[in-house]
Amino acid sequence: MKLGVVVSEGPYTHQAADTAYHFVKAALDKGHEVPRVFFYHDGVNVSTRLSVPPQDERHIQQNWTALAQEKGIDLVVCIAAAQRRGLLDENEAKRQGKDSNNIAEGFRISGLGQLIEMGIQTDRLVMFGD
Amino acid sequence: MSETKKFLYVNRKAPYGTIYALESLEVVLIGAAFEQDVSMAFLDDGVFQLTKGQNTEAIGVKNFSPTFRALGDYEVTKLYVEMESLEERGLGPDDLQEITYEDEDDDWEEKPSIRIVSRTEMADIMADQDVVLSF
Amino acid sequence: MSTLHTVNKSPFGNGALLSCINHCKPGDAVLLIEDGVYGALAGSVVEHAVITCAPSVSIYVLEGDAEARGIGPAKRLPDVQSVGYDGFVDLVATHDRTQAWL
Repeated sequence: MKLGVVVSEGPYTHQAADTAYHFVKAALDKGHEVPRVFFYHDGVNVSTRLSVPPQDERHIQQNWTALAQEKGIDLVVCIAAAQRRGLLDENEAKRQGKDSNNIAEGFRISGLGQLIEMGIQTDRLVMFGD
Repeated sequence: MSETKKFLYVNRKAPYGTIYALESLEVVLIGAAFEQDVSMAFLDDGVFQLTKGQNTEAIGVKNFSPTFRALGDYEVTKLYVEMESLEERGLGPDDLQEITYEDEDDDWEEKPSIRIVSRTEMADIMADQDVVLSF
Repeated sequence: MSTLHTVNKSPFGNGALLSCINHCKPGDAVLLIEDGVYGALAGSVVEHAVITCAPSVSIYVLEGDAEARGIGPAKRLPDVQSVGYDGFVDLVATHDRTQAWL
């Protein structure tokens, strides 16, 4: 079965990004497909590559990047939500005249249409947020 | 993309205190381009999104309540509001802004988009969807 | 046709669980996750609401979240079943849609 997943709360503040991660791993282990995870609201903050949590804590962004690269999951960060919160990829930073970008490997910035498309193309949509 | 699915956007949060209501509306507007069968549900504190007389001047935040009146132009014409949620908050249908759409199947007659439903009807509407997005 | 509802908030200060229960149809399932697992506590003020809907609606708790919060099986309502993340996935797959009561 194809499962779509939405993460809509920020890492370390809310458990949503952790629960979603465990859910996606379990789904893949069971042979389901998770073609895409969509990050919305404060969930976009998962995608910053500048996060440096203490060494004895899980690294939420790195966990997602590793899982996405291993399993071929499309991690999409909502552009409108990301721009409000200061998350830019290289192209967007250039376009907005910003001196830096901060999107981690494995994540890509795109529009809300990707969320709707995921709803259309998957068999189930599961949302993790607040 | 020929498949049409029933999408329900569930709104249970009040506007302004958090961004959920605004970012939900942004999804609905973008989603309209995908020509799915879209409905919106307003229950619990979500009913506060549709009230009349919102004025955000003093808080310096954009008042997005007029945007609901534009939904008809995006062919989002089913806004279900739960009666019990209104009553619990001391509100009635008259406290909501008027939102209409022009019915292309009925000589473009102007019709109300807001449909007041009971809790039981709301449960039936929720159970009739393919995709439920909660904000 | 049935729905899996997920609730992630403590019922003591947030209406999500009660609102969810009030919109469930017979054959639906409710999965308590994150802070939602507090809704599985025996002897609480929401016990009655949970027990009353239990005959027609299956109530589950995500085991890891309950254990994390010190809510072992002995503290839970007997009507509440326990699942891991794999069971969560099964519940998603066996119901026609998932509705998160965020």
